Amino acid sequence: MTATEEIQSAADQRISDEVLMSVRNIRLSFGGVKALRDVSFDIAKGEIRAIIGPNGAGKTSMLNVINGVYHPQEGTIFYKGKTGLMKPHEAATKGISRTFQNLALFRGMTTLDNIMTGRNMKIKRNFLWQALRWGPAQREESENREAVERVIGFLEIESIRKTPVGRLPYGLQKRVELGRALAAEPELLLLDEPMSGMNVEEKEDMCRFILDVNDEFGTTICLIEHDMSVVMDISDRVVVLDYGSKIADGTPNEVRANQAVIDAYLGVSH
Amino acid sequence: MTVSVDIAKYDTFPKLLRFNANSRAGLPAMREKDLGIWQTWSWAECAEEIRALACGLKALGLDKGDKLAIVGDNRPRLYWAVAAAQSIGAIPVPVYQDMAADELKYVLDHAEVRFAMAEDQEQVDKLLAIAGKSEALQAIIYCNPRGMRHYEQDYIHSYADAVEKGRDYDRANPDFYVQAVDATTGADTSVMAYTSGTTGQPKGVVLSHANILKTAYNAAVWENLQESDNMLAYLPMAWIGDYIFSYAQSYVVGFCVSCPESPETVMTDLRELGPTYFFAPPAIFENLLTTVMIRIEDAGWLKRKMFHYFMAVARRCGPGIADGKAVGLVDRALFGLGNILVIGPLKNILGLSRVRLGYTAGEAIGPDIFNFYRGIGLNLKQLYGSTEASVFVTIQPNGEIKPDTVGTPSPDVELRIADDGEVMFRSPGVFQEYYKNPEATAKAKTADGWVHTGDAGFIGEDGHLRIIDRAKDVGTLTDGSMFAPKFIENKLKFFPNISEAVTFGADRDYVSAFINIDLNAVGNWADRQNISYASYQELAANSQVYDIIAEHIIQVNEDLAKEERTAGSQIRRFLILNKELDADDGELTRTRKVRRGFVADRYAKLIDALFSDLTHCEIETQVTFADGRTDTVKADLELRTLPAPSREAGAAARHAAE
Repeated sequence: MTATEEIQSAADQRISDEVLMSVRNIRLSFGGVKALRDVSFDIAKGEIRAIIGPNGAGKTSMLNVINGVYHPQEGTIFYKGKTGLMKPHEAATKGISRTFQNLALFRGMTTLDNIMTGRNMKIKRNFLWQALRWGPAQREESENREAVERVIGFLEIESIRKTPVGRLPYGLQKRVELGRALAAEPELLLLDEPMSGMNVEEKEDMCRFILDVNDEFGTTICLIEHDMSVVMDISDRVVVLDYGSKIADGTPNEVRANQAVIDAYLGVSH
Repeated sequence: MTVSVDIAKYDTFPKLLRFNANSRAGLPAMREKDLGIWQTWSWAECAEEIRALACGLKALGLDKGDKLAIVGDNRPRLYWAVAAAQSIGAIPVPVYQDMAADELKYVLDHAEVRFAMAEDQEQVDKLLAIAGKSEALQAIIYCNPRGMRHYEQDYIHSYADAVEKGRDYDRANPDFYVQAVDATTGADTSVMAYTSGTTGQPKGVVLSHANILKTAYNAAVWENLQESDNMLAYLPMAWIGDYIFSYAQSYVVGFCVSCPESPETVMTDLRELGPTYFFAPPAIFENLLTTVMIRIEDAGWLKRKMFHYFMAVARRCGPGIADGKAVGLVDRALFGLGNILVIGPLKNILGLSRVRLGYTAGEAIGPDIFNFYRGIGLNLKQLYGSTEASVFVTIQPNGEIKPDTVGTPSPDVELRIADDGEVMFRSPGVFQEYYKNPEATAKAKTADGWVHTGDAGFIGEDGHLRIIDRAKDVGTLTDGSMFAPKFIENKLKFFPNISEAVTFGADRDYVSAFINIDLNAVGNWADRQNISYASYQELAANSQVYDIIAEHIIQVNEDLAKEERTAGSQIRRFLILNKELDADDGELTRTRKVRRGFVADRYAKLIDALFSDLTHCEIETQVTFADGRTDTVKADLELRTLPAPSREAGAAARHAAE
């Protein structure tokens, strides 16, 4: 078996035929600006799905539609057997968590506390119980802390556990943000440019973590990325957007050979 | 009586383990963090794990006399693997975890390693990269299952798997383990330690149980170690010091050894554990001091003043107080106040509050750095030793600590200075041989057991040994003045801005130096000056950085001028290297000692330029990345000449002192 075949067979085991999410005919516009024009694609359970495209292609808008930040004028989303658009907190309770293009961490809080906030949806006891920190509330906190520690161990950030995130270098902050998203134990993880602003080494680390998350926990991942080479290396299938429209959808090799994609990235005279 | 074990009866580590499991069953033996919480294994629990693992290794096919490589950071499971291998008469061969694959291959081939115990996927991958090429390597056992799910090779086993097999084997052959341990003898090989070597290929130093046990025991009795002591094992397991301190002495004395959560958390772990017994090579003490100095420079005005004031007090009278000498009442009071305001909290931050005994060895420590730590009340001692001696040759006795000596011979060690000034020793710890290298053995060890150290030194009237330098490194300038490179470099390295220095001057007209700046310290300074930089290379080429380094060197020169012996070897010219000296490039040993000959060869062009009138020199250097890829870096380096050293100033200073 050649290396490529080996990778392919590993991917076959990992990805099931089951569709986790299907995005159908999404149209989104802000006033006269058409951000998304009739975009449809699906995400299979267990795969790493990438959305790529040049600047302003509508990638982040698409992610915001998926987890309910934006409400499209038309179209709907099918997720885990249910059809319909979700609000952000619904998406979170249903196992969708995300990271942001521009970091959205609590800068004054430690790494540990930031990741703990990712457990928010898992905490059942109300504020009063937690304030008393007694009995069931304490047990619950221990359980959540354990989950957070697993994430810390997984992302190898033990040494910054008690460091306020504002003091950390950018690459590590990105990793903490991934940690917070992971702490929610998502089924679908949305990553908005997880590698932007990173140097080569940090990118390599981040790639490894994304692959490991997918491999160890079976988490389905949908990521947006600017850096083509990174995307092509780690994703199973790629959607390409340009000016709000889907221009290609397929495996990295198929997408790479697609003339419309080459034109969109290199630019052609219209 | 603190060390209560009879080492004539319990003459091997597996037997000592049995003793500890009986007499100290419930006492802590090892600690490691899991999910952020310290977990403890008692001696009885360790003994059970080791028994299961030993049987597991046997079941997987490891036999008496076979070698088991240990590859990874300090982990309880790896320490157990050492004991497990010894229990069945196999020989542990710990290797440096940061070795590149081909270095590792050399050691594994040379030692004919059959089994390897690896910490994690990274190490397994490294082993797999060479497993095909190494004939002997037959099985790999990994401790951390992360990322290992897709490895389907039948010769790769998980730790849990090995232990499981071991328990089955133990049930089927209940007498095996006990008999195997009974069969071990003091003459058996305890460990094969590959020395990093400042020259040539690594050599496998064969040390018997008797060598290690007797030496560890002697030093433990001498220093009055207690079973209530505890230590953090954070230095490479392949280094003989770690084997002695974190393994041998722990077994002999029964104290608890903790493993850091990860190499990056050592500082936090130190603070949480508060070890009482601490070892660090000079480089670590230098780094700690640099970190402190950087933080202080960032602190507020009042704190900065307080720090410097009380550190001056500590330097002046701290060592005296620690040694119980007469110190004036005012000084005592000031020191007491400083202890509350500055020194105590500082020690606490460094995790050194509870240290009863600290050692530094490996190479000479700068007297200023040494006095700093002595000053803050740390019982820091220098010791002198080598792998070939099972570490201990000399130790500084309590109350007789002088920065310029390495102490008196430790118990049972005989010391003599050869006619050419080389230090030689004979002790129960003297190694058996270099594995498969009788010529080297014969060269290093005389027929009656004396070992050549390769260091030049002399024994003072007080009976203390003083090491001048590596014998072959000490030279003379063309005008006949002595040139001891290490001595000058240590003075340079005291400045937080300088992380490494290499000086040249043997048979030359004057001394010149290569400098590596400390990226943290200088980077911090640059931040405060609003100097932007993107890399080490850029910062190193900055002319303002050259200015501060020049100032430091001038200070060193003034220092050198004060001593007649060293006045001639003041530094005239220097440059800041465009890359940090690195073990991956072969410029340092794995224990971070400069490989002088190699550096001189590699940078011959720069050295020639330093001894000419050039003000600039272009250089192309090869760098090796952690994964073995190489790349070349080009740079145009500035060479800076310092004002001619004034001997008159030195003479005047001396005159004033008299």
